[in-house]
Amino acid sequence: MEVPAGTTVMAAALKNGIDGIVAECGGVCMCSTCHVFVDEKFYGQLPPASDTEEAVLEIAAVERQPTSRLSCQIKMTTELGGLTVRIPEKQR
Amino acid sequence: MGAGTVIVGTGQAGFQTAASLRAEGYAEPIMLIGEEPQIPYQRPPLSKSFALGQQDFESIQLRPQNFYQGHRIELLAGQRVSAIDRSSRSVRLESGRRIPFEKLVLATGSRNRKLPVTGAELDGVVYLRSLEEAIAIRDHLKNVEDVVVIGGGFIGLELAAVARTLGKTVTVLEVLPRLMSRAVAPIISEFYRELHTAKGATVVCGATVARIQGRGGKAESVALGDESQLRADLVVVGVGVVPNMELARDAGLRTGNGIVVDEYLQTEDENIFAVGDCVEFPCVFAGARIRLESVQNAADQAQCAASTIVGRRNRYTALPWFWSDQYDLKLQMAGISHGHDRIVTRGSAEAQKLSVFYFQGGRLMAIDSINRPMDHMIGRKLMAAGARVTPEEAADESVDLKKLAHSAGAVHH
Repeated sequence: MEVPAGTTVMAAALKNGIDGIVAECGGVCMCSTCHVFVDEKFYGQLPPASDTEEAVLEIAAVERQPTSRLSCQIKMTTELGGLTVRIPEKQR
Repeated sequence: MGAGTVIVGTGQAGFQTAASLRAEGYAEPIMLIGEEPQIPYQRPPLSKSFALGQQDFESIQLRPQNFYQGHRIELLAGQRVSAIDRSSRSVRLESGRRIPFEKLVLATGSRNRKLPVTGAELDGVVYLRSLEEAIAIRDHLKNVEDVVVIGGGFIGLELAAVARTLGKTVTVLEVLPRLMSRAVAPIISEFYRELHTAKGATVVCGATVARIQGRGGKAESVALGDESQLRADLVVVGVGVVPNMELARDAGLRTGNGIVVDEYLQTEDENIFAVGDCVEFPCVFAGARIRLESVQNAADQAQCAASTIVGRRNRYTALPWFWSDQYDLKLQMAGISHGHDRIVTRGSAEAQKLSVFYFQGGRLMAIDSINRPMDHMIGRKLMAAGARVTPEEAADESVDLKKLAHSAGAVHH
């Protein structure tokens, strides 16, 4: 999918009808229902997760993996073009 | 194909019921009916980033318009259900149209409690629940100088922070002796009183409002019980809500402090469920029948009812959690603290990193955290799993809560 820079991966997924992103709290780091596994090629390019995001990943319905992030916290940039993320089998 | 499920209410609970039914594989028709003219949207931002002008309507929609067709959810926005006919299993719209159902889910939400004083009808006296009200507040904030907030609860304080951020003169009036007193411990109330004061707002607790005065139909000042006067060209009222339960009551269903449901969120009519703000339900964490107003409660109850409707009968046992954003601080709450007999803390108010752990009879029942997100999230795991945490452990920073959660087997929520 193609999205304007600045769009979060969560917002892009919702807009494009990706059902595996629930986004219960609306993107404020209170739930873990927009959890994704980021492709290793891109993981290192992302700004590091905040303490708040780190905490939320602890409660993910599918246990966090080394490249876990919340998609509401990943803002698309030109450099991230081609980003691939996988969606866990459940979010709740 | 049968009549399927009719959902009354297009807020978070109604939306989530429809979405969860489809996610659970429900194949029957779904009709989502609500009085609000818009497609379902998030309410939390209305008192935060939306009021500040940082988010627009599109960015707070729960899903884009095409989600509903794509998931065969028939959305009837701007339509009021006027009655439930239980014998024929149908609802009647105000337009006269009858809609049959196999299952009915009431997600009717709540409405703002009105301020019972003279002058409350003046222009410039505003409440916040709907998008329209949020737009009105956002627009007023462009043109006013003096804002008086009546009610020192979450909505009032969030809007007070927005108004101060926009440079307005702000006074918060709370009738009780401290802020957010229904929800948090005195130490948290005091922290937020100091925060708002430091940001330049005036906070008056124990204040009663005698009347709102105006000229030419517009609010100009608020008169307090002691006859002092406060200039106000905008009066924001946030004094709580009342559940919308008339539809259920008129259909002969039991109501109390909300539509009465059992642990399956079913009313006494097994084909009629109720979820979200409008519901009085047995809460395992409170050990009592309570009513909650939160996104968590709306979404989790919706999910629970949906799973029972598709045939996986499911008790509602989710841990309550909530948040409030005021200035750049996030207050996170988990569990139900009502009835606690002991509190211990981690961190400090001075550092603006503070958690309060609430205990009853030695059992951890709730945690409120300011800028200590790990305490909140791990606390949610611990409490959901019923893990044992002593007050001594909670108070001791050297005890890693994560380890306690793992040893309790509380890996997933």
